[in-house]
Amino acid sequence: MFAYIVRRVLATIPVMAIVALFVFSLLYIAPGDPAAVIAGDQATPADVERIRASLGLDRPYLIRFGEWVWRILQGDLGTSIFTNLPVTRMIAQRIEPTLSLMVVTLGLAIAIAVPLGVIAAWKSGSWIDRLVMVFSVLNFSVPVFVVGYLLAYYFALQLDWFPVQGYTPISEGVGRWLQNLVLPAVALGGGYTALIARITRATMLEVLQQDYIRTARAKGAGQRTVLFLHALKNAAVPIVTVIGIGVALLIGGAVVTESVFAIPGLGRLTVDAILRRDYPVIQGVILLFSFAYVLVNLLIDLSYTLFDPRIRY
Amino acid sequence: MSTTILPPGAVSPKSVAKAAPMPDILATRSPPKGFVGYLWRHPTIAVGGFLLLVMLFIAVFAPWLWTKDPTALAPVMRTRNPSAAAWFGTDMLGRDVYSRVLYGARVSLIVGFGVAFFSSVIGLFIGLVSGFVRWADSIIMRIMDGLMSIPSILLAIALMALTRGSVGNVILAITVAEIPRVSRLVRGVVLSLREQPYVDAAIASGTRTPVIIWRHILPNTLAPMTVQATYICAAAMIAEAILSFIGAGTPPIIPSWGNIMAEGRALWQVKPYIVFFPAIFLSITVLAVNLLGDGLRDSLDPRLAKRV
Repeated sequence: MFAYIVRRVLATIPVMAIVALFVFSLLYIAPGDPAAVIAGDQATPADVERIRASLGLDRPYLIRFGEWVWRILQGDLGTSIFTNLPVTRMIAQRIEPTLSLMVVTLGLAIAIAVPLGVIAAWKSGSWIDRLVMVFSVLNFSVPVFVVGYLLAYYFALQLDWFPVQGYTPISEGVGRWLQNLVLPAVALGGGYTALIARITRATMLEVLQQDYIRTARAKGAGQRTVLFLHALKNAAVPIVTVIGIGVALLIGGAVVTESVFAIPGLGRLTVDAILRRDYPVIQGVILLFSFAYVLVNLLIDLSYTLFDPRIRY
Repeated sequence: MSTTILPPGAVSPKSVAKAAPMPDILATRSPPKGFVGYLWRHPTIAVGGFLLLVMLFIAVFAPWLWTKDPTALAPVMRTRNPSAAAWFGTDMLGRDVYSRVLYGARVSLIVGFGVAFFSSVIGLFIGLVSGFVRWADSIIMRIMDGLMSIPSILLAIALMALTRGSVGNVILAITVAEIPRVSRLVRGVVLSLREQPYVDAAIASGTRTPVIIWRHILPNTLAPMTVQATYICAAAMIAEAILSFIGAGTPPIIPSWGNIMAEGRALWQVKPYIVFFPAIFLSITVLAVNLLGDGLRDSLDPRLAKRV
């Protein structure tokens, strides 16, 4: 078991190395001259040269990559072209709102999706099953920002139940913090919830056909015990896997949700960086998100042994 | 339940006695045949296909559908609410939102189809190489693992930040982000097909690899690839809207649904229609493509249909 964890952790190193190599190489493989693009239309040739030098585009590729990785390992993601601040500090200032949004969305999505999926599988073919499926197709199709604007328009502007936009740090009270996050979390979690509900339903349908479910019923276990203890536990591995994979949806969606709801998080930072063509910041945020994504899926992998004792490594 | 085991061919005397003609309780209506029958059995394909055709019609015939020049400025007519003169109202520069939304269908559909096509072709090639060339497989798959670890919209954002905004670059950026999914799918299909007896037989009878790929592998990748391509098309249209919305997509001069929403963002609390009209069109189009994909999946792979 311990050897497995070590091996699994070591296996993420090449993946992260490839992510880093790719994010770094984008500067070189992007069509056209990135230095000129970043400098903008009004730049003088001297500006372009300065940016080229600051990005290190004038030096050999491999040497640059080596230096860059070495600095990342020391916790240095470079300096912003626009603000001249270290990228790590800019990220640190913005990480709380994004992390809050993700955690609330994750919790909300799992709390809604798993019971929905279980009920849909239990009442397979009934109106409630169809409703869940229709809900999931709709949620896949309506983009995050559309849901966001609809929710904000109705629940914040018309009904005045929630603040329209903005963010309150958790240090100013959990209640206000949560109140600001409910609408963004619902908007962001739509597609994710649909994804989890669909997989839960599909896996539960399969598990409910198994012999041990019949045995459990035969020995007199109640409906709830059968569904949530016997069946859901055995359906856990695919559900947990999709929860991990789906985090990519949340990360991509957070960028948009934050600009709809004016939340000053990493997404806003990315959008501002795009408008200013501040590539080191974009690079830093993408690296951070990708590493976080790899890490989440590593934890998911390790959690399999908790859900299914048959999985032994 | 009768459990008597009868020798093959034997007829139980009881069953003969019971075999009275069944009353026609449910009159068997012959289901529609041909293409109509196909659509009848797969209503999601019919609905999705119809909606998509409507959008295609709008995109192709946008200039003749009572539209004005979508980029014509009319400062006097700024931010007018929807009316008989401007069906969807006007934006903050006085441009006609109805015309812009209709022309916007072009960008969305071009990006959706473009990304679906290019990522399928490139992903097919990479997947085939990965499935057939053993030494390349582990290298390619490690690279794909790495690529898939970068959330696709962020990958596209990074690419767009380094290139000038244009429809071609948007297609390129989203395609790069979608390639790993297609190549993994194709590789999986190739690996499972290689274990099939008929492929073994083909190898044993001395068929050359290109012929095996052409005759036995490619036809079998077609069904899963078609389904995948529709989902990629839907994802690409959403990605284009997101990129344009945050200012990393098509240049603002081109009316795309993402751009129209981005321009309406500043005013959305007082003039929500600027955001909502393109949003509705985008949602309907994506829904149409997703329905088509679900329907195709059910009709091309009946085993999957029962599960997900």
